[in-house]
Amino acid sequence: MKPFAYQAPGDAATAVRSVAADPAAVFLGGGTNLVDHLKLGVAAPDLIVDVTAATSNEITDDGAGGLRIGAAVPNSELAADRRVRDRYPVVAQALLSGASGQLRNMATTGGNPLQRTRCVYFQDVTTPCNKRKSGSGCSAIGGYTRYHAILGASEQCIATHPSDLAVALAALDAEVRVLGAAGERGIPFVDLHRLPGEHPELDTVLEHGELILSIDLPPLPMAARSAYRKVRDRASYAFALVSVAAAVDVADGIVRDARIAFGGVAHKPWRATKAEESLRGAPASDDSYRAAAQTELAGAQAQDGIDGGNAFKILLLTRTLVATLRDLAHEET
Amino acid sequence: MTRITVMVDGVSYVDDVEARTLLVYYLREKLGKIGTVVGCDTSNCGACTVHLNGRSVKSCSIFAIQADGSEITTIEGLARDGQLHPMQQAFHDNHALQCGFCTPGMIMQAIDLLGDDPDPDEQRVREGLEGNLCRCTGYQNIVRAVLDAAQKMKPAASAPDEMSTRQPSAVAGGGN
Repeated sequence: MKPFAYQAPGDAATAVRSVAADPAAVFLGGGTNLVDHLKLGVAAPDLIVDVTAATSNEITDDGAGGLRIGAAVPNSELAADRRVRDRYPVVAQALLSGASGQLRNMATTGGNPLQRTRCVYFQDVTTPCNKRKSGSGCSAIGGYTRYHAILGASEQCIATHPSDLAVALAALDAEVRVLGAAGERGIPFVDLHRLPGEHPELDTVLEHGELILSIDLPPLPMAARSAYRKVRDRASYAFALVSVAAAVDVADGIVRDARIAFGGVAHKPWRATKAEESLRGAPASDDSYRAAAQTELAGAQAQDGIDGGNAFKILLLTRTLVATLRDLAHEET
Repeated sequence: MTRITVMVDGVSYVDDVEARTLLVYYLREKLGKIGTVVGCDTSNCGACTVHLNGRSVKSCSIFAIQADGSEITTIEGLARDGQLHPMQQAFHDNHALQCGFCTPGMIMQAIDLLGDDPDPDEQRVREGLEGNLCRCTGYQNIVRAVLDAAQKMKPAASAPDEMSTRQPSAVAGGGN
């Protein structure tokens, strides 16, 4: 591993100044993804700024039914928090469906959404990858595509975002509060991540040196009836082939409102607004759920690959959404 | 080099380390705590699991410098006065090891999972150990051992009740 300098400032402003001033500097949360990248040679920073002491490790009530989650709150503590489990079960379920106990103890709320794709070509420095090295080409196109995108991909990159938590946060209209050299700003969580377009090397809209301070969950009473369903190649310790985060408000057999996001199918957590729109006012039935999935996935594009391609994801995601919504609609609240 | 202060298995150490030194290599090569092993070196297998401030972590994926100011417990710090920790004893009693390489990590993670759920069912034990791989595939007896330990570690049981609280000191502090 290449040597680097290390700082662990006690406040966010100092951390931001250090990273903003050095193009080869990076923030470190729990390090559960970055340390692997340093070993693999995917990342080679000159300066690592540990921000676990510079950001809050507390979950606070906003007084209106929402929660502010400090960036340094470990994934395990977030998943165990009683308020999170009661008001936003989808968040706890998403966290517990990913990684392992040890990693959740280290991984942070701010770091989890910033983890990078597990595309095997991205992580293998001997193969071309536009995300790792802009302009070098994409080895995944026509390659191993099982874990790759069916929505929003480009000719430069077909990678998917690996975070489960991020899918839940996208569904819940969370907001990210960040601090940068130019000051503090809020970013709707659904706008945090980018589609690859011509610049797959950029995962998010964050400027270099912008630091996540907290993730804010707005009051959303319907989220008390929410769930995360993840489909993967083995029952544990694997990334999603497809996943669904959903919250529904059902009364008298009619879907009054819904929040839906997909994981494992795009470069970013995919907020399924078309599916939500199609569900509002529809009967709470499998037909409605299937129609909602089909509406959202009308523009899906499967990849051809040496592994047979990933067209199976379109049907798999349709069925996963139907099953998730069916379970939620029948759930007692 | 950066100076760190850590409490490992109840003993305080002050050392200069390179920023890139991983915690597991600091423990093994600097402190001689070779009970903690390196399995995959890629944060997959869990053999290197230790407790950092009372919570299980994979020491191959953490820099020693991240542990500055922390309390660490390794497999070597569990026994007290020659008495095995109830989890170690349960692994022994239930033949929960074959080659034994995964055992230190399994035991450290099993203690952590009982901290979250002192009375788990078999499914919870299996899920709680999802980040620990046994290449001998000896999972049946490992799960049995954890369930056995859970019974013996209940507050009413006669075995030492180390996991009734989440205080780091409940599991640290051995080795002296």
